[in-house]
Amino acid sequence: MSNMQDYQSSLSDTSSRKFETFSYLPEMTPEQIRTQIEYIVSKGWNPGIEHTEPENANSHYWYMWKLPMFGETDVDAILGECEACHKAHPNNHVRLLGFDNYAQSAGASMVIYRGEIKY
Amino acid sequence: MAKNYQAGVKEYRETYWMPEYTPKETDILACFKVTPQPGVPREEVAAAVAAESSTGTWTTVWTDLLTDLDYYKGRAYAIEDVPGDDTCFYAFVAYPIDLFEEGSVVNVMTSLVGNVFGFKALRALRLEDIRFPLAYVMTCNGPPQGIQVERDLLNKYGRPLLGCTIKPKLGLSAKNYGRACYEGLRGGLDFTKDDENVNSQPFMRWRHRFDFVMEAIQKAEAETGERKGHYLNVTAPTADEMMKRAEYAKEIGAPIIMHDYLTGGWAANTQLARWCRDNGMLLHIHRAMHAVLDRNPHHGIHFRVLTKILRLSGGDHLHSGTVVGKLEGDRDATLGWIDIMRDKFIKEDRSRGIFFDQDWGAMPGVLPVASGGIHVWHMPALVNIFGDDSVLQFGGGTLGHPWGNAAGAAANRVAVEACVQARNQGRELEKEGKEILTAAAAHSPELKMAMETWKEIKFEFDTVDKLDVAHK
Repeated sequence: MSNMQDYQSSLSDTSSRKFETFSYLPEMTPEQIRTQIEYIVSKGWNPGIEHTEPENANSHYWYMWKLPMFGETDVDAILGECEACHKAHPNNHVRLLGFDNYAQSAGASMVIYRGEIKY
Repeated sequence: MAKNYQAGVKEYRETYWMPEYTPKETDILACFKVTPQPGVPREEVAAAVAAESSTGTWTTVWTDLLTDLDYYKGRAYAIEDVPGDDTCFYAFVAYPIDLFEEGSVVNVMTSLVGNVFGFKALRALRLEDIRFPLAYVMTCNGPPQGIQVERDLLNKYGRPLLGCTIKPKLGLSAKNYGRACYEGLRGGLDFTKDDENVNSQPFMRWRHRFDFVMEAIQKAEAETGERKGHYLNVTAPTADEMMKRAEYAKEIGAPIIMHDYLTGGWAANTQLARWCRDNGMLLHIHRAMHAVLDRNPHHGIHFRVLTKILRLSGGDHLHSGTVVGKLEGDRDATLGWIDIMRDKFIKEDRSRGIFFDQDWGAMPGVLPVASGGIHVWHMPALVNIFGDDSVLQFGGGTLGHPWGNAAGAAANRVAVEACVQARNQGRELEKEGKEILTAAAAHSPELKMAMETWKEIKFEFDTVDKLDVAHK
């Protein structure tokens, strides 16, 4: 049994809270965020940014950062908006979405800046 | 008298073999693989299949003349060689749409795979494909919610969903069963699943199971902050009993229930799917008994037909085979029927065994479920083959982790996310799978342990039911 590792997760340990796709991986580096933006652009999806206080992450509706960037393909411009949202809301989760208007779904959705979880 | 009644046996081909016929857009079309008895001409056998699956019987009857039989009859309109097999041929039959009750896969299949399969002039018969005209599709209810709604309800985007079938299949008490679910869900699964033969046995009655599993879901949701579910199997001895269990699942707030559509029956399945639509419930479909019908290459019903039947009858998930796991499934053929589950329009493509264009119009899609003998090492191939719109389901590959279900679940979750992230970055999953998983395992002791545990397991038996391709 000594080699067996206990699974660390509990209601009282706030680090147990996850936030869907890529939340079981380490936080992305700026370079990794860029490649994910490139993927969204290459799929022809419309990039969008949303943010929330971590304690309200379970809601379907996070706060929209401006409007989705319909038709935007400039990766630097999209990255700039991500950074601007993060700067304005440094304690919030910030997620990047790729809206697929044909499927009426998000083809991609990932938290790229992680807020401090206190609940 | 032009239409004098003459008793006796008429050759089928005089009435039912119509090579000059151009199928109408509203016809239901079928492709049969026919293995005739020796010495019977192909046209006669094809015509017999058309007759016996539509208006015909073995002898002429006077009441034939009371109706417009030329309109109502099935028409054998083409014959083709089967590549690589001289013992059989393909027969194509067109049926007028009003031979079938609206919204009833039961009625369609009672005709198409009814008496004709026992017909003596045939050695064997297989229904390879059906083209359902859009006019018929629109009379069916279809999947209760569909892929896009499921993603919205459960907040799962940009990746395959992750599930696990609870084992042992039979014998656990309800409380111990709920424990197994809770551990898997808190470790990062989206779903756990009742096995198909878990219904309501003496060791674990359904209501007790539903209560304990629901507590497991709620605690795991609070702990992880993510939405989760468990496929509560409502398959039951009677449709009334099935509905009773479904109502209770809804009452306690379960997001998804489950049904076995072949053993439970298509009428019950269609009833349940309609109820799910009305009650906002997701419906997972298991396919026990399918291999009895679809595995023999010369006789039975191909799985792509059973897939179409389910999409019309209704279900949000359907087991599709894994290509890479312990259960049968040719890769190209599997790719064909997972498109049939998910896409709006599927083009004829013989290289994937698809005989007809199929237009689903506005009917929602079904998520294919890959389940059976798969583990973390299969993850790169699974993500590549199935893409995001799928459920990847690891039973033994979760529960068999040396540190338990939560660790097994976490290993799979890390692996699937690492594969999706790498794919998005443009990396080739099946080529670079090992490096991608190894890099991810550096941050996940659970994944590292899983990779050490399952490294050597492979299932490499040849497929029995292969696509028909030339061998000479």
